[in-house]
Amino acid sequence: MAEQTSPPAIRTPPTASTAPTAPTAPTAPAEDKADSAVVRDALAVGVAVGLSGFAFGVTSAGSGLSLLQTCALSLLVFTGASQFALVGALAAGGNPFTAAAGAFFLGVRNAFYGLRLSQLLALPRFVRPFAAHWVIDETTAVTLAQPSRRSARLGFTVTGLSLYVLWNLTTLVGALGAEAIGDTDAWGLDAASPAVFLALLAPMLRTGTERAVAGLAVLLALGLLPVLPAGVPVLVAALAAPALLYAQGRKARRTAKEDAR
Amino acid sequence: MTVWIAIGATAVGCYLVKLLGLLVPAGALERPLVKRLAALLPVALLAALTAQQTFSTGQHLVLDARGAGLAAAALALVLRAPFLVVIGAAVAVTAGVRAVGG
Repeated sequence: MAEQTSPPAIRTPPTASTAPTAPTAPTAPAEDKADSAVVRDALAVGVAVGLSGFAFGVTSAGSGLSLLQTCALSLLVFTGASQFALVGALAAGGNPFTAAAGAFFLGVRNAFYGLRLSQLLALPRFVRPFAAHWVIDETTAVTLAQPSRRSARLGFTVTGLSLYVLWNLTTLVGALGAEAIGDTDAWGLDAASPAVFLALLAPMLRTGTERAVAGLAVLLALGLLPVLPAGVPVLVAALAAPALLYAQGRKARRTAKEDAR
Repeated sequence: MTVWIAIGATAVGCYLVKLLGLLVPAGALERPLVKRLAALLPVALLAALTAQQTFSTGQHLVLDARGAGLAAAALALVLRAPFLVVIGAAVAVTAGVRAVGG
C-alpha cells in the first residue's frame, strides 16, 4: 500500500465527536461510535489509498516485471513500500536476495502494528493468520482511532477489505496501462516510486533524530552506490538507525556521568 | 526466475512479520530500544530509497528530470497536498522537464 498514514501521525479518520450522531446513539455509551461512521471513515482511507495501486502497477510493469509478477506482488506481499522497494531494486539489477532483504526490512514495522492491533481487536487464534495479511499502515491508523472493540474490528475489516480489493484491481489496471503506454519514463512515471517513498517519509521526520537518521541514510546510500553491488547500499544505509541510537545512548550516558560529578 | 525467487522471499518474509506481531504475547517486543529502532528503521530505508531512485541510474549518480519531479513532490508535501496529488506532481513535472529538455 502506498501508506499515506503512518500511525503515529494519525490524520485520517475524524473522531466520533465530528460524526453525525445516528438515531440509535442515545442508548449507546457516549464514547461509542455509530457503525455507519466507522464504515465511512474506513472506506475513505481504503478508497483513497487503494487507488494509488495504479502507481505501483505502472512502476512495476515499467521496471520490467510481467503482469503476473506485478499482480502476484500486490496479492501476496500487500504492503506498498516493500513492493515499490522490491521492484526498484530488481530494476537496478540487484540480486533477488538483496532486493528481498530491503523489502523485508521495510515490512518489519508491521510486526509492531500487529502488537498494538492484537490487544485492540482480541481476535480468536484461528482468525489471526487471515487477519495478519491486512496488518499495514492504513488499517492500523483506522483501528487505533476507534473508541471501542466493536468499532475497531469493524474499522479494521472494512479498511482491510476495501484496500485489498482496490489495491489489487488498480495494480492490474496500472500494469496493463504501462504495457499499452510502452515507454513509461517518457511520461515521468519513473518519478512515481521515489515520490511515494518521500510522501511516506515526510510525516515521520518529526524530530531532529529522525532527520539526522534520514540525512545519514541518504549520504550512505548515494556515497556507496558507485562502489557496492546494486541493492546493498540501501541495506547499509539502514544501519543509520542503530548507529544514531548508539550515538545518542553514549551521549546520554556521558551527560549523566557529568551531571553526577 | 530470479524475479520469482525475490517475490516469493518477500511475500513469505513480509507475511511472517505481520503474523508475528499478532501472535507474540504483548510486551515481548515492547522494550523501548526495540521500539525506537523499529520506528527509525523505515526512516533510514525510505530516505535511502528516495535518494537512490531519484539521483541514480544503475550504479551512476545522475541529476536529471526526476530531481525536478521530486522537488515538486516535496513542495506538494509542504503544502499538505493529498497523497495522490504529491505523486501526480512528481510525475507531471518529470514528464514536463523531459519534454522540454529532451
